[in-house]
Amino acid sequence: MQMKKLITLACSAAIAGLSGTASAQISGDTVKIGVLTDLSGTYSDLAGSGAVLATQMAIDDFIAEAKPSFKVEMVSADHQNKADIASNKAREWFEREGVDAATELVTTSTALAVMKIAKEMNKIALMSGPASTPITNEQCNDVSVHYTYDTYALANGTAKAVTKQGGKTWFFLTADYAFGQALEKDSSAVVVANGGKVLGSVRHPFPASDFSSFLLQAQASGAQIIGLANAGADTTNAIKQASEFGITPKQSLAGLLMFITDVHSLGLKSTQGMYLTTGFYWDLNDATRAWSKRFFDKQKRMPSMVQAGQYSSVLHYLRAVKAAGTDDTAKVMAQMKKTPINDFFAKNGKIRDDGRMIHDMYLVQVKKPEESKYPWDYYHVRQTIPAAEAFQPLSESRCPLIKK
Amino acid sequence: MEIFGVPSALLGSQLLVGLINGSFYAILSLGLAIIFGLLNIINFAHGAQYMMGAFVAWIALTKFGVNYWVALLLAPIVIGALGVLLERTMLCKLYKLDHLYGLLLTFGLALIFEGVFRDQYGISGQSYPVPALLEGGVNLGFMYLPIYRGWIVVAALTVCFGTWFMIEKTKLGAYLRAGTENPQMVQALGINVPLLITFTYGYGVALAAFAGVLAAPVYQVNPLMGSNLIIVVFAVVVIGGMGSIMGAIVTGLGLGLIEGLTRVFYPEGSAVVVFIIMVIVLLVRPAGLFGKS
Repeated sequence: MQMKKLITLACSAAIAGLSGTASAQISGDTVKIGVLTDLSGTYSDLAGSGAVLATQMAIDDFIAEAKPSFKVEMVSADHQNKADIASNKAREWFEREGVDAATELVTTSTALAVMKIAKEMNKIALMSGPASTPITNEQCNDVSVHYTYDTYALANGTAKAVTKQGGKTWFFLTADYAFGQALEKDSSAVVVANGGKVLGSVRHPFPASDFSSFLLQAQASGAQIIGLANAGADTTNAIKQASEFGITPKQSLAGLLMFITDVHSLGLKSTQGMYLTTGFYWDLNDATRAWSKRFFDKQKRMPSMVQAGQYSSVLHYLRAVKAAGTDDTAKVMAQMKKTPINDFFAKNGKIRDDGRMIHDMYLVQVKKPEESKYPWDYYHVRQTIPAAEAFQPLSESRCPLIKK
Repeated sequence: MEIFGVPSALLGSQLLVGLINGSFYAILSLGLAIIFGLLNIINFAHGAQYMMGAFVAWIALTKFGVNYWVALLLAPIVIGALGVLLERTMLCKLYKLDHLYGLLLTFGLALIFEGVFRDQYGISGQSYPVPALLEGGVNLGFMYLPIYRGWIVVAALTVCFGTWFMIEKTKLGAYLRAGTENPQMVQALGINVPLLITFTYGYGVALAAFAGVLAAPVYQVNPLMGSNLIIVVFAVVVIGGMGSIMGAIVTGLGLGLIEGLTRVFYPEGSAVVVFIIMVIVLLVRPAGLFGKS
């Protein structure tokens, strides 16, 4: 009996000792970052293993610059673009593995699911991959940051520029799910606001491989511009088949969400002259080139805006943890919102109360094959859209956190 | 002129596009039907083999400068040989077991093939140019038809009916059909049935690879291109009647046309129309339109 008491005592002492360290400001003396992304599906080139690499680069750079007293670890998992897999994994990470922040979260449906879990468990969600505006509107919360871009910024960049340059009549080819519909809705509003007219739209199943029927309907509409409110393989297949059917160059295509990986995959011959909006281009300046070259050496591809945004968001998070001296969610969020973001990705970027990170966006035009001088030399930067204009103004916000 | 509120020119062009897609369905479902007819194997790797056919063409062009026409022959031979290897080493062990085992094995293989190509080439896909001879298009009055799309129909139908002729009208075909009905008896008559079976699987797979090369200039060559298509093709085979050669060809073309029409009148439904037809056919004629119950 005596012995048993002694053991109990020893155990309690040990536990007390443990909780002694835990009451230090960083739980477990470790900051753990989870990268939850598409490692195998449609979006695995633009996010995927490149996003995992970007996260590791951010951790390495942070440790080198800040020499923190705590450890930083990373875990990663494939959510397969499915909301249920994403939320199960996030819950497991938060509950059992001591993950402090779930990051990347490409595909809107997975992002919305994980945001809810993060709020419930009082952890952080950093989203560099997903696109839809509900993330910072109807579904917004105070533990989430939407970092790289959104459908509002895309529409506001591409649709506005194309309409202003004389593309007055539009026909949309829309992926038949939440993201495609949001993109079509945001873009139609911009077209109409700039004096254009929407002649119609056709909703195609997601994913689809043959677009000829839909393209012929777009052709028959006689619209000057065919807006592609889809992404990934749907966009690339539609562009390829449009030139096959002689639709381009008589009518023009506007890719409302295109990544550099899409342009790379299609080649300049079939994408030349297209306008697109991006949050990042590797060849903007010396700082972007230097970072992208490091990325390229490991990944053998130039980074997409999602991957660059992933690096920036993780680094910003880690710096905030260090500055706040804690990994407590509320304090880190406050620190992140208070500190402007200045790195190769963003100049004076700022996280608003609705969770939207606002920074300059770029309207670019794809080069002609003969204008491209070296590998991955794909874009003319036509316009820098200042942060204040690029994103949805707070006055239009539908986020309950924004008091008006 | 308008038909149900749709301009007839648009309707005509959609029917033609439907016929083009139907050609792909026909050639893929034909391969599946042949394999099922003789081997009793539900070949779930068919989509992956179609994808690999396209990749062989792309690799041959970019790495070795081998042109489209050679690839059209080369890819079916390479992938067909791979099929023969699979049949000899793995599938041959499953003939006595339930269908389910063959399905699981080929499904697993499909996942492995797709995984390997995804790891090597990523997901965004590769561009394969239309061969110079078939570039451009002709104006048919109601639509602009790319010459290459016309070629798809010609090539696919030639191969389909050639295959039908071989199976239904030649001596080799007679052996094949006899082997399907009663393998022991045919074996007893001195015909090498295992060799016949290996050849058949190789040929079915080669058809998939051929379709892959045909598809390469039209779609992005990407590791998942087969898995998007294969489920529809299975539905086509079920509607036509498992194992029926002519059933697979006719149903493939017919469903292409119906899908084309759905895309005009109710585009949102175009992904499911084939399955709705499948349900109806299974209720009314469980053996399929051309199947023998």
